[in-house]
Amino acid sequence: MNATAPAARRQLHTPEPPVSPFPYNPGSLLSVEHLSLEEVSHLLARATVLENEDPLVRNRILAKRRVALLFYESSTRTRTSFELAAKSLGADTTLVSNLSSSIEKGESLKDTGLTLRALGAEAIILRHNSSGASWLLEESTHLPVLNAGDGMHEHPTQALLDLRTLLAHLLPGTEKVHAKTLAGVTVTIVGDILHSRVARSNMLLLPRLGARVLLCGPTQLLPDLAVNAGPGIAIERNFEAALAQSQGIMMLRIQAERLAGLQIDLEGYKATYQLTGERLRTHAPSALVLHPGPIIRGLELTAGVADGPQSAILEQVRHGVAIRMAVVERALTIEKKGARA
Amino acid sequence: MTTLLIRGGQLIDPAAGVDGPRDVLLKDGRVAEIAAAGKLKPIEGTQVLDATGLIVAPGLIDIHVHLREPGQGYKETIATGTAAAAAGGFTSVAAMPNTIPVNDSPETTRWMQAPERGASVRVFPIAAATRGSKGDTVNDFAALKSAGAVAVTDDGHPILKENVMRETLAAAARVGLSVIQHAEDTRLTQGASMNAGPVAFKLGLRGMPTEAETSLVERDIRLVTDLRDARVHLHVAHTSTLGAIAAVRQARRNGLRVTCEVAPHHFLLTEEHVGLYNTNAKMNPPLRSAADRDAMIEAILDGVVDAIATDHAPHATHEKEIEFERAPNGITGLETALGLCLRWLHREWKLPLGRVLSLLSAQPAALLGLKGRGTLAVGSYADVAIFDPKAEWAFQAKESKSKAKNTPFDGWAMQGQIRWTISEGRVVYTHIA
Repeated sequence: MNATAPAARRQLHTPEPPVSPFPYNPGSLLSVEHLSLEEVSHLLARATVLENEDPLVRNRILAKRRVALLFYESSTRTRTSFELAAKSLGADTTLVSNLSSSIEKGESLKDTGLTLRALGAEAIILRHNSSGASWLLEESTHLPVLNAGDGMHEHPTQALLDLRTLLAHLLPGTEKVHAKTLAGVTVTIVGDILHSRVARSNMLLLPRLGARVLLCGPTQLLPDLAVNAGPGIAIERNFEAALAQSQGIMMLRIQAERLAGLQIDLEGYKATYQLTGERLRTHAPSALVLHPGPIIRGLELTAGVADGPQSAILEQVRHGVAIRMAVVERALTIEKKGARA
Repeated sequence: MTTLLIRGGQLIDPAAGVDGPRDVLLKDGRVAEIAAAGKLKPIEGTQVLDATGLIVAPGLIDIHVHLREPGQGYKETIATGTAAAAAGGFTSVAAMPNTIPVNDSPETTRWMQAPERGASVRVFPIAAATRGSKGDTVNDFAALKSAGAVAVTDDGHPILKENVMRETLAAAARVGLSVIQHAEDTRLTQGASMNAGPVAFKLGLRGMPTEAETSLVERDIRLVTDLRDARVHLHVAHTSTLGAIAAVRQARRNGLRVTCEVAPHHFLLTEEHVGLYNTNAKMNPPLRSAADRDAMIEAILDGVVDAIATDHAPHATHEKEIEFERAPNGITGLETALGLCLRWLHREWKLPLGRVLSLLSAQPAALLGLKGRGTLAVGSYADVAIFDPKAEWAFQAKESKSKAKNTPFDGWAMQGQIRWTISEGRVVYTHIA
C-alpha cells in the first residue's frame, strides 16, 4: 500500500440500484436493449417477408387495428415510413402532432396518451423532444409504445434499419444474427454524438452482433465518457484514421436545435470532419456511407458523397419501411405473457 | 398543560451524555425531571407513556425542509408538512424561504410561525438572504432575526455574486445568524437534470458537473477565510460531492466556522437510482456517482458532517408525472429519515446510535443555535421522540402524512419505528400498530 494514499475505505454494503420494470408491454420497442438477438433476427426475417408480400394479403395482417402516431417533433422519414408501414399492414392510423392538438393547450403527455387509449389506439408511435418520454408514455398507458426517437436518447427502429442496410451490403441474405455476425466489422459514427439518439441506439446494438463501433468527433460533441455507454465502443478522434478502419461510416447532422448555447466553429468542423469525395476515396474507398437524415449537403458531407456510389442514404429510407412493418406487426401481435385477450 | 411521565425507556441524550434507563417527567412544555428508571411515580392527572423496550430521545431536528407555504398549498401546507415531521419523530423543522412570495420579510417570517398555520411541531423560518432571493440586495437581517428567522439563505438560487455573498456573510455575522448556501454554480448547470457522467450520457440527459457544487463551496470558504471574523458561519446545504466535502474538511482544519449537512438520499443513492427516468429520483443537487456517495458515508462516519437534513421537497403527483427533464426537483424525506439512518448508518455501517441521534438532534440544534432543543436536560423544551429501535417495517408512500408522495424510498425497509412524538409537552404523533 502506498503510505501517502488515503486510508483504504471500508468496504461498505450499499443499497442496490433498482430493477427496471420496463417494458410493461411486450409489444413495446423503447430501446434496442430490450430486444434479444433472437428478436432482432425475427424482425429482420419478418421485414423481408412483409416487404415481399402481396399488398392485398399484407393489408389483412392488421386489418382495421388502430395505431396512433404521436409526434412532438417534426419528422419526414420516420413519420411517413411508420405511417406507410402501419397502413400497408391494413391498420388505421391517426396522426397527432403537438402543433395541431390539445398538446398546444398544455395537455400532459400522460393525459394525451390516456386519451388516445380511450379513443381505441392499440399502439402508440411516439416521437418526442424529451429523453425518456417513451418510458413515461408506456408506464402511463401500458400500451405497446414504439419509440420513434426520444430527445437525445434512443431511436431503436433507426438502428434496426441501419443494421438491415449494413447486412444487405456486407453479408447479403443474412437474417439470423448472433453475437459474431459482425465480427471483424468496424462502423464509425461521426459528428454530433452527444445530441444523437441515432448514435446511442447504434452504439448499443451493433456491438452485440460483434461489430466494433468507433466514435469520431470533437470533444464538444463527443465527450470521452461516451465509451462507457456499453461494450465494443471506442473513440477515434482522427477522422482519416477512423475512415481507414471502417466498413461502415455513419454521418450525423449537427443538431442545431439541441446545442443549448454550445458554440460550434462550423468552418473548423468541416475542415476536420466533413466527409468529402477526396477523404472517402483516399481512406475508405469501399466503405458504405450511411446517414439517418436529414442531411445537410455541404456541412457534414458533400453533395457528391451523398449522391455517390458508396452512399446508402436512400436505401436506408427504403429499409425503414420494411423494418417498421415488422416492428408494428410485433407490437400488435406479440402474445402477452400470462395475459388473456 | 398536562404532565407527561415517560416510564421505563432507554434515554439517549447525546448532548447531556446520557445513555441509560431513565424516567422522564414533562411539565408545562419543559423537561421537569429525569430520574433512574422506576423512581418517578405518576400523581393524579399525569399521563403515563410506557416506554419499556423503547428509546427515548430528544425530538429530531431537520434544518432543511420546504413546507411550501405561503403560496403553494397544493403541494404541502405547514400543517401537513409538520404532521409528516411529527410522524417521522421530528419536533423542529427549519423552513426554506423559496415560498411564494419569497420569505424575505419579517411579516412572512411571522406568518409562517402563527398558530393559525396549525403546525404540529415547531417551525423555524429560514429567511431569504437577498431581496426576492434574486442575489442582488441583502435583506435586513436584524429585523428578520427578531421576527424569528434562524438563518438566511437563497437556497435554490445560490448567491453567485462574490460581493453579495461577502456582504451576506458579514451582515449575518453581525446579528448572529448563519448563512446557508445551496452550492451550485448555476452557470454550469443550465438545462441539466441529473449528475453529469456516463449515466447521463447514456440516458441522453444534460448533466450537472460536480464542479458546479465544489467550486462554489470553495469560493464561499475563501470568502469566509478573507473576512477574518470568528462570528462568520457558513453552512453548506445538502453536500453531495467528494470535492465539497474535502473543502469543508480542510476549512475546519483551518479553524473556520464552516459546517455541512448531508441528506439521506445522498449517502444512500447514486445516479444509477435514476433508473429509467424516475422523476422521484430527481433532485438538486442530483444523485451523484458511487465515489461521491461513498465520500458522504465516510464523512458522516468520521465526523465531518454536522447534521443529517432531509431537504424535504414535496410536489404534487401530477407535477412529477411528466418528462424527466421538465419535472421539478425534490423528494420528500421527513418520514423516512430516521428509519433509513437507523437501517443504514447504525445497523449496516455501525455508527453508534448516540451519534446517529446527535446528527439528527443535538448537532443541528447547535448549528442553528436553537436554545433548549436537541437535548432532554432538565429545563429544555419537552421535545421527545420515542421509538422502538428493533422494529423493522416498510415505508408506504401512499400512507404518508405529507400531501406529497414523491419519494424514491417507497416500499423500502426501515429500521426503528416512532411510537410517540412529543412537541413542547404535547403528544403530536402516536403510532397505531
